[in-house]
Amino acid sequence: MNLDKKRRRLFTTESLALARLYLFLALLAVVTGTILSLLMRLHRTWPNLALPIHGAILPEDYLALVTMHGTLMVFFVLTVVPQSAFPNLVLLAQIGSPRMAFPRLNAAAFWITTASLLTLLAAFFVPQGAPISGWTAYPPLSALAAAGPGQATGMDLWLIAITLFCLAAVLSSINLLATILTRRCPGMTFTRLPLTVWSWLVSSSLTVIAFSALFAAASMLLADRHFGTSFFLPPSVVINGVPQRNGSGSPMLWLHLFWFFGHPEVYIAILPGMGLASSLLANFTRRSVPGYRLMIVATLLIGFLGLGVWGHHMFVSGMNPYAGTAFGLTTIAISVPSSAEILTWLVMLFRGRIQLATPMLFILGFLSFFIAGGLTGPILAQPALDAYLHNTFFVVAHFHLVMAMAGVFSLFAGIYYWFPLLTGRRMNEALGQIHFWISLIAAYGAFFPMHFAGLAGEPRHYAQLSGPVESFARLIPVERGITWSAFLLAAAQLIFLFNVFRSARRGALAGPNPWRATTLEWSPLEHPNVSRGPYAYGPDVSPSSDFLSQWDSEKPFSP
Amino acid sequence: MPATFTRQTVETERKDPGFGGKPPLDRRPTGGGGGDENWDSRHSGRRGPRELLIRYRMAVLSGLAGDFVFFAVLVSAFFVRQSSGHIDPSENFVSDWHPLAAPPILWLNTALLLLSTVTIEIARRQLFREIDVMEEWLGLGRPAVRRAAPWLIATIVLGSLFLIGQWIAWQQLAQQGFFFSSNPNSHFFYLVTGTHGIHLVLGIAALIFALVAMFRFKRVEMRQIAVDCTSWYWHAMGLFWLFLFALLVFFQ
Repeated sequence: MNLDKKRRRLFTTESLALARLYLFLALLAVVTGTILSLLMRLHRTWPNLALPIHGAILPEDYLALVTMHGTLMVFFVLTVVPQSAFPNLVLLAQIGSPRMAFPRLNAAAFWITTASLLTLLAAFFVPQGAPISGWTAYPPLSALAAAGPGQATGMDLWLIAITLFCLAAVLSSINLLATILTRRCPGMTFTRLPLTVWSWLVSSSLTVIAFSALFAAASMLLADRHFGTSFFLPPSVVINGVPQRNGSGSPMLWLHLFWFFGHPEVYIAILPGMGLASSLLANFTRRSVPGYRLMIVATLLIGFLGLGVWGHHMFVSGMNPYAGTAFGLTTIAISVPSSAEILTWLVMLFRGRIQLATPMLFILGFLSFFIAGGLTGPILAQPALDAYLHNTFFVVAHFHLVMAMAGVFSLFAGIYYWFPLLTGRRMNEALGQIHFWISLIAAYGAFFPMHFAGLAGEPRHYAQLSGPVESFARLIPVERGITWSAFLLAAAQLIFLFNVFRSARRGALAGPNPWRATTLEWSPLEHPNVSRGPYAYGPDVSPSSDFLSQWDSEKPFSP
Repeated sequence: MPATFTRQTVETERKDPGFGGKPPLDRRPTGGGGGDENWDSRHSGRRGPRELLIRYRMAVLSGLAGDFVFFAVLVSAFFVRQSSGHIDPSENFVSDWHPLAAPPILWLNTALLLLSTVTIEIARRQLFREIDVMEEWLGLGRPAVRRAAPWLIATIVLGSLFLIGQWIAWQQLAQQGFFFSSNPNSHFFYLVTGTHGIHLVLGIAALIFALVAMFRFKRVEMRQIAVDCTSWYWHAMGLFWLFLFALLVFFQ
């Protein structure tokens, strides 16, 4: 009986419990990923430092750190939290549905994700250790076991983990799509959906498309490694003087397939954050989202154009230069809907009555990183400029600001904002503010100087700058500053963890609608009826308060 | 209440709003197929006979969208691989792509698969005939299931024959000395037929499940859903095969 109860609790199909499980999974991934990045920083600054158990970090260890850091962060943090944990936490409530369309499918997706994470982490413990070909796993390095340490069993585990993750992502998105399309409560028309739900609709569609492509590509790479095919294996590869199995496949094909997944993946990670930004800015400026329908169109356009820009990762790969020009154009085109969203947010700040609670601070941080990182996007979208900047730290700076930091800050905003739904308590405000300011400064300190390092020509994926060649010696002080900032950034997250675990037990009780919000996740009703849009804020919506909730049956003040 | 197809034209109730101006609205009674059952005034679970069916179809269609991308990747890889080669030291373009004559039995297999999409469609339609469905729903008998079962069994037989035919095609290729790893073209032949075959094995499992479900499920809707979703999946696999078959036979 007791065992049965425990099993039921573990293999739950209840979405709030799954949200909690997903958050713990992502916590495990983000802690591991952060430790890996700190090891990289340590090695770059003090190359001869020996670690307590492991000893000195060899160049191949450094590449393994790069690979596993990227894979953990992109898949298990920036995809899992916005695309799995948050929908399980609030999607149902926001559309007023008591349960998912397919609860068991949803739970199965969680367990496959867990299996995928464990498979990936197991790569550290096999002979020769983790793979070294980066999170993009370009062949021929990834197609041949002899290519380097970790490219045998480690690489196989990596590929199996990725295929499992693809499966889980597609299954969970099928459930989300069906839920959003068929389980909205009465009155919840498409033009009354909160923008977060619109984001999930678009990002789930992208997930189904992009992860299916990666699934096919990863299967083909596995076939290249084990079944004697040569889809991606080029002719006459020689490793350490030993000629390898001859194929006449095309590594470019993998690049195309990988980035056809990889670029939509960026939008899968950031679109939920953008939807959250709209909702939170409306709440904390107490004004409606101007151009709500325009925001929907922009979200759809970003999703649609996002499927056609993958080639901008491949300008210097030997792709036809005309194709490069075309991809440059589509990339510039996608900045139009992105800018439309940013301008809308700026308008809201300009005219709103800003309340600087912690979630709002983190959304402002998101906005700041999204703009700072986004501005280098059009630079890298020029094939001519990218020829110089490709594979330098400029690119590292770009995506760590626009994807990693913007993404993570929106995740923090979501956690601070929705914490009362999980625990009934609010997170400590003072600690939240300290966490925000240290994180903001340290994140800029860590990633902004990388622009300059990149402009000076510092390459990515190089284990160290010192040594017989002194060309980058001038950059060592910059590197040292980056390292200290990275450690400060990581240390600031301890404040966050302390705040989470303390507030979960002793935080101030939140009450039914702590943020005086309009969307349905704060509704006390089990079966709400909706009669208005999601962002009815402002002095003129009601005689008695400055907002009208979606579940409120009061007639609007001025229709 | 389960969903039905109705052949006869439905009588429409004309409602005059009474204040002139706008033309009268046509209000069709629900259950006639089409429309969203006026969902937005009702709670989930009370949105008419097609609600569950639409939800399951949505999931199957999204999954098939992913599957479509999967096969599209294989097809695009086929063309990229076909046109790739390298220039050797004496400046000759060297390609290791050897055209492969697809075994003629594929034509027979294709015919079998097309026939099976017809039989499964007949089975599917049996489950939505209004009179039979009403009879089942009222618990008076199982006319729809009894009519559909032979067609489902026929589909299972045809599907299995198709798979056996594919196996024979592989055997014939193997006898000619083409194995999975022989040359780039044979990689694709085996990969394409193999992954499609795996999909059909799953499809046959789904057909057997639907057959059992028709007799074991208590709710008429769930019987309909089991057969309906399986048949959409089966149709999609038939359609995908037509494209893949054309690829393997005509684009060598």
